[in-house]
Amino acid sequence: MACIDELNPEVLLRGASFAECRALVEKRCREVYYVDPGYAIFDTHLIGVPPIAVGVEEDTFIILPYTKPCYGTFLIRVPGGEEVERLRRKGRRRP
Amino acid sequence: MTTQAHKDEPALLIFGCPEVPVQAAIGLYLAGRLAEDSYDVLSAGNPSVLALLRVSDWRRHYIGRTIDLDRCIGEVSEKKRDAALCVVFAHNDAGISYAATMRYLLPEARLVVIVFGRNAEELAAGVEFPCEKVMEKAVHNPGKLKKGIDEVFGWRASTS
Repeated sequence: MACIDELNPEVLLRGASFAECRALVEKRCREVYYVDPGYAIFDTHLIGVPPIAVGVEEDTFIILPYTKPCYGTFLIRVPGGEEVERLRRKGRRRP
Repeated sequence: MTTQAHKDEPALLIFGCPEVPVQAAIGLYLAGRLAEDSYDVLSAGNPSVLALLRVSDWRRHYIGRTIDLDRCIGEVSEKKRDAALCVVFAHNDAGISYAATMRYLLPEARLVVIVFGRNAEELAAGVEFPCEKVMEKAVHNPGKLKKGIDEVFGWRASTS
């Protein structure tokens, strides 16, 4: 499974709150899926206040919140690979 | 005094970034007291936090078992690990996110969120999920925070 750090993530928000991340995903992405905390994607499990908004852009990129204890929450954009289809299968279209 | 009331019940301590000094002191205290209450204590944190705790308590009198935070979240998410009690340390927004995550992943557990640091009041206001809160603007001095924790866990009488 790909490691997020190795996917060369584009940072869209830095030190953001979970609410800011959700708002930007919903504003920016036409294709938004909602998942619960602990959802496994790439090499990590998502952290946050449910429901967590994850976006798909241009059919190939995933936009997701990524939380680290010392650096807070980043909203990042990474190549989605197989995770795009998995997200479409597992995610919910409504919060 | 050791109590058997929680004999071997799993207690999970979720540590945040170690940049606020009171966390390590309170963490060692809490791990020791919960173990004394017969909880099976597991402390989860990033490598820096765990190193601080292990060096401070090199004979493992207090801290007990430890686990990498990401691994712990994964195991709880996959239902490989459970807890009757979960305590989350939060001094930034990430800490609140971890607490919300644990609330979702462990719906039956007793969840205590310890909110501390300079922005404690603002952070505590953002805790909108069911839990017990201990809030104190403590950064360097753990005294008031310890009092709040003692009250929540019913230790006040024995430590005052």
